[in-house]
Amino acid sequence: MKILTGNDLGTGDVIWWAGDGWSRQVGDSVDVGERGDELARAEEAALRVVGAYVIDATVTDEGVRPAHIKDRIRALGPTVRPDLTLKPHDADAGNWVI
Amino acid sequence: MYRYDSYDQSIVDARVDEFRDQVQRRLAGHLTEDQFKPLRLMNGLYLQLHAYMLRVAIPYGTLSSRQMRKLGEIARKYDRGYGHFTTRTNIQYNWIKLADAPDILAELATVEMHAIQTSGNCIRNISSDQYAGVAADEVADPRPWAELLRQWSTFHPEFTYLPRKFKICVIASEDDRAAMRLHDIGLKLVKRGDAIGAEVYAGGGMGRTPMVGPQIRDFVPEDEIVSYLEACLRVYNRYGRRDNKFKARIKILVHELGVEEYKRQVEEEFAHMKTLGLNPPREELDRIRPFFAGPAYEHGLPDAIDRGDPAFALWVDRQVAAHRQPGYAIVNISLKPTGGIPGDASADQIDLIADLAEQYSLDELRVTHAQNLVLPHVRKADLHAIWRKLDEAGLAEANLDLITDIIACPGLDYCSLANARSIPLAQKLSERFASPERQKDLGELKLKISGCINACGHHHAGHIGILGVDRKGVENFQLLLGGSGAEDASLGQITGPGFSEDGVVDAIEKVTDIYLAQREQGERFLDTYRRIGMKPFKEAIYG
Amino acid sequence: MVEFLSFREGEATQEPTVTVESFTGQSNSTAVRIEAGEDARELLPYLDRLALVEVNFPAFGDGRGYSAARILREAGYVGELRAVGDVLVDQIVAMRRCGFDSFHPDKALDDDAVERALNRYADVYQKSVDGRRPVWAKRHPETVNG
Repeated sequence: MKILTGNDLGTGDVIWWAGDGWSRQVGDSVDVGERGDELARAEEAALRVVGAYVIDATVTDEGVRPAHIKDRIRALGPTVRPDLTLKPHDADAGNWVI
Repeated sequence: MYRYDSYDQSIVDARVDEFRDQVQRRLAGHLTEDQFKPLRLMNGLYLQLHAYMLRVAIPYGTLSSRQMRKLGEIARKYDRGYGHFTTRTNIQYNWIKLADAPDILAELATVEMHAIQTSGNCIRNISSDQYAGVAADEVADPRPWAELLRQWSTFHPEFTYLPRKFKICVIASEDDRAAMRLHDIGLKLVKRGDAIGAEVYAGGGMGRTPMVGPQIRDFVPEDEIVSYLEACLRVYNRYGRRDNKFKARIKILVHELGVEEYKRQVEEEFAHMKTLGLNPPREELDRIRPFFAGPAYEHGLPDAIDRGDPAFALWVDRQVAAHRQPGYAIVNISLKPTGGIPGDASADQIDLIADLAEQYSLDELRVTHAQNLVLPHVRKADLHAIWRKLDEAGLAEANLDLITDIIACPGLDYCSLANARSIPLAQKLSERFASPERQKDLGELKLKISGCINACGHHHAGHIGILGVDRKGVENFQLLLGGSGAEDASLGQITGPGFSEDGVVDAIEKVTDIYLAQREQGERFLDTYRRIGMKPFKEAIYG
Repeated sequence: MVEFLSFREGEATQEPTVTVESFTGQSNSTAVRIEAGEDARELLPYLDRLALVEVNFPAFGDGRGYSAARILREAGYVGELRAVGDVLVDQIVAMRRCGFDSFHPDKALDDDAVERALNRYADVYQKSVDGRRPVWAKRHPETVNG
């Protein structure tokens, strides 16, 4: 599937298009099909996102999984600082990234 | 060190005001991201993997305890409790909010700091030698010049939209501790008779097409340095390539024109620039110089160090360097603990180092391009007390210039430009080679890791260099041997096909084994490599 | 919003510009337009017959026009020096310092933003062609360059 991601303009938080708005959880991502670029431009113009782009992802048992490791790192946080990720108490979170 | 006068302060304050205005216009939608991006970059603000990243300037790597404390404060108040010292002696914060950035700059301005031109296609932080002012081998302290040039380059109206970034380095000794030959322009202060001036090098750099900068002028008198640099920059601004981002640095221009032609164009422009009254009067350098004069050293201090404690002795042997003033020493603080993140320091560590600088180093500390810190003016009698405090805080690793003193860029864990993660690799390497005896045996071995071809980890200049690449979505690492960022500058050569993360750690172990087997009396790894060549290493790695 | 900004006394030159190539090939026009990659020094023999030089900025990140402007002023050009193209309020001050005295950007400028920009920096670090005294001259008023 194709999902849309970017950063929140004001905070810089990594965000994912969840259909009715933006979420900080990659698991809330929806398939944007072919409309990703159009959505990105509209949301950027509305100042709700900056640097939005479309990526490939699959749905797995663990939820939505971005195809590229870079976006998985964005989804979770730096692999070398588990304490700073979205799942600081989940010992397996790092494995999901790699 | 330099203190702002009211002019310097008003300029920095005005910049904060300007940026606040620009952020407000951005958040209100009056500026698009395309319009805003170059403006925020010129204030050191990147949009990175996890948030905005702010790169704060530490001019020529020198700062006071008061400034260091402010950096710790910002880490706590606006970030997540730590900062990262970079290969250009700046500090980076990884978790910044755009809305906070103007306030952060305002707070920095209260301690004479800023993030001006730490990114963007403009003249960047002017770097220098971390031992400036205390090294026995320097012709003069290069930092007054670096300060003069910092001011000259700040908001230079003609050179604000160059083809690409522009990095200048000033040193003043034959030993190059600042990778001067790998800068867009490098200046080496020299004395010719009674006159002081600079040898000038241009077109050095790393990245996609690394080059060691050739000399373009044998001597520029100190009173003419500004007009000479204006000539160099003007030729670059006019003729540097703007069609291809990867061919836009001055090194490409110098290479494509040829050194002689670039020199000729610069000389022509210089002859013109000389007539324009661009050079500050000698009085200005004379005004700046006393700020960097030796501090009030004590005399008659004990010169001996009590080496009774073996752990302390190990640290002294590795981390403490000779000072030109009797009774004093230079302390190197390692930010490369075994298994740690190279160049990172927590807010608590930053505060401790600020305290140590104030109490024991005449209120001054330095940042090195190897991502370590320096206390430049320490009484030998205080070394043990300092070591105890560093040790408690995890800052007493004794690995300066050894294999675990790794330079690593933030890599894919933090940086949106990266192809691979550099930090976990650095951690694995530092753990594999952790043994102090083994490290000592291997001796000076500069290992540098970049997570992408932009080479912020300076891998081309590593005795052993590693480049992270993306091979069909999987992280892969190329190994290079034989680079050097010192006065014997050379570029590393790639060994062959790349490796997995674990694979490159094993390959490096094989490389060091070959060195140990083949070295001759007194040779460093780099010397053995230069003598025996790539072949024995390649055979060991690939079989 | 302001579409045209001038810092000169009197009327701005209305004459349409010709290209550098045209201009140097004939003798009638008094207004020329320099593109980003062109060499401003080609105009140096003709400065006294020029009333207007327009310098185009195809993208505001293309900084070649700053050099072109400064070169012309250094050579003694006193006519109108106009920045056109992709020019934002954020570039006005640096452009003024390089000698531009009129602006006709692709997008109109916000008057208040222009006013704020012009009044923001009381001091400058470098000597340029705008006549402003750099900080080092103010620090050392007794010296030759000061």
